[in-house]
Amino acid sequence: MAHVADESPKLFGIVAEFDDPDALVAAATKARVAGYKKFDAYSPMPIHGLAEAMHFEDIRIPWMAFFGGITGCCLGMGFQAWIALIDYPMNVGGKPLFTWPQFIPITFEATVLVTGLTTFVSQFALNGLPKPYNPMFNAKNFDRASQDRFFLCIETRDPKFDEASVTEFLQGLGALDVSEVPA
Amino acid sequence: MAINSIDSSKRTRLVPQNFIDGEHSYTTISEILAGVVLNPKPPTVWFVATGLGFAVLNVMLLAVTYLVLTGTGVWGNNQPTAWAWDIINFVWWIGIGHAGTLISAILLLMRQSWRNSINRFAEAMTIFAVMCAGLYPLLQTGRPWLGCWLFPYANTLGMWPQTRSPLEWDVFAVSTYFTISLLFWFLGLIPDIATLRDRSQHPLVQGIYGLASMGWVGSAKHWFRYEQAYNILAGISAPLVLSVHTIVSFDFAVGIVPGWHTTIFPPYFVAGAVFAGFAMVLTFGLPLRSIYPQIKDFITPKHLDWMAKILLATGLIVFYGYILEMFYGWYSGNTYELALVYNRLFGPYKWFYYALIFCNGIFPQLCWVPQLRRNVPFLFVLSIIVGIGMWLERFVIIPMSLTRDFLTSSWGYYAPTEWDWALFIGTMGFFVFLLFMFIKVLPIINIFEMRDLLLKNHHQFGHGHDDHENAEEAH
Repeated sequence: MAHVADESPKLFGIVAEFDDPDALVAAATKARVAGYKKFDAYSPMPIHGLAEAMHFEDIRIPWMAFFGGITGCCLGMGFQAWIALIDYPMNVGGKPLFTWPQFIPITFEATVLVTGLTTFVSQFALNGLPKPYNPMFNAKNFDRASQDRFFLCIETRDPKFDEASVTEFLQGLGALDVSEVPA
Repeated sequence: MAINSIDSSKRTRLVPQNFIDGEHSYTTISEILAGVVLNPKPPTVWFVATGLGFAVLNVMLLAVTYLVLTGTGVWGNNQPTAWAWDIINFVWWIGIGHAGTLISAILLLMRQSWRNSINRFAEAMTIFAVMCAGLYPLLQTGRPWLGCWLFPYANTLGMWPQTRSPLEWDVFAVSTYFTISLLFWFLGLIPDIATLRDRSQHPLVQGIYGLASMGWVGSAKHWFRYEQAYNILAGISAPLVLSVHTIVSFDFAVGIVPGWHTTIFPPYFVAGAVFAGFAMVLTFGLPLRSIYPQIKDFITPKHLDWMAKILLATGLIVFYGYILEMFYGWYSGNTYELALVYNRLFGPYKWFYYALIFCNGIFPQLCWVPQLRRNVPFLFVLSIIVGIGMWLERFVIIPMSLTRDFLTSSWGYYAPTEWDWALFIGTMGFFVFLLFMFIKVLPIINIFEMRDLLLKNHHQFGHGHDDHENAEEAH
């Protein structure tokens, strides 16, 4: 990862630490209203209303799951139909070859399997995980972001980023602590 | 708050419950629940249970080795009972697993937040129970190394599995169920593994949890997608779990053997699975509460009470199934079905049937008494009795029908051999061993959902103690 660190600025962002989830939601709202674009909030549990406060929305996962399901369904039914009609047709007492009601259970299972795998993989892919190194791990006290503290980080790649003004802005939000995050 | 006062009072009446006892903060929740894992010295009971599990696990390995070297003739199965303990135990284990998915998926979709304290170890139970279950059909093939034949892959034989058979549906249902349960469980664990990573002191432990946490930082954007994915997985797990036990019941219902060929089987099997599974959650949850008294604030008497209520409800559905089986036998007017009803009541296995009615039909009725629903020793005994009862149910369905079907000349009597016993008891050891290893390595209670619950409590009952009392009064 060293070559990435050389090219990017030394500072990743400025982080503010809170001890209350509601304060974090309020801070995220203010950061958005103040016109910051590249910022993120970190919390030890999902906070409802936080993504909305940041005006963040992403509906790709449900769509991917949907198309994954369609794919699984077609694969499941198609494969069984291909076996029954083309590759290995078996005449059972003159009954029709395409006995579709008996193909439903496996079609259903294939639909669920592919939907689940797609959802699982796309969650990681869209979140950029696994990511062993994250500059946020350098932030002061950040080990508590998975336990009992709430963080808001305004990143240097934000067009409005200015070290002094961002620090002042974050201090005005009632944070416990405001500190720099080295990249 | 957006909700007006009338609505919120209704809400309080509907959801009056605070599912965390005692005074807790985000800090204490993380400390207590991660402490169970990171404590360098687990309680002595843990060593005893793990050791016992390991010893019995070796009985399973012995039984499997002997079976594979000798052949399935070491079991008591023989015509007319071509499958017996292997299918009984397969269905029993799969059923036990179903409570985990019910708790984690269906109760999540119904926004039953009390599920948050019990879903993690129930999900672990699901995975381990499905492992035990999967062993049986694989071993019954007699040549488990050719288990790949069960799956459709391009092979030199130029053949495909028969996808019109319920047994082949089982292969797909169980393998899909195992995969999805594992993904769901792992996804739920990631934020908690990050907590363990951040709390552990030893660099090696930090490294292992660090790798397993996939670099989770708890970003709001990540949480957003995470919850989407988690809810979708829950949404597909709910019909999946119903389909799995439905397909398991098709193994019987599609056949024409007396006592099997009924349409009540799918719902009755699913209810039975949930019944057995909740019993197993209690069988393990109650000892866990006494081994780790610090988790009693999270698995409260209220949880025990509600689990007992679910046991009662599903038990009544199962009991209804037994009554309907009798009714179908009579109403069909079919000689063989009538003969089966007669044989259930007065045949060679009649005591199994009476024991079944006692364990699943009569004894759980004690749950109508509110005091007993919170009585830990009673619940433990109840959970064991229900476990036995659900095993008996499968016994009553399988050998009883097979030894008394159409032709008197093909009647028989089935009894297990010592190797049947060794494998069955061995799988229990396997299950216990895996569960106790899990307790030591991963958090038994979902930590981040406990924090979420605490936040909801704060919003619902307020931060101060006074507000909390007011809410109780409103209730």
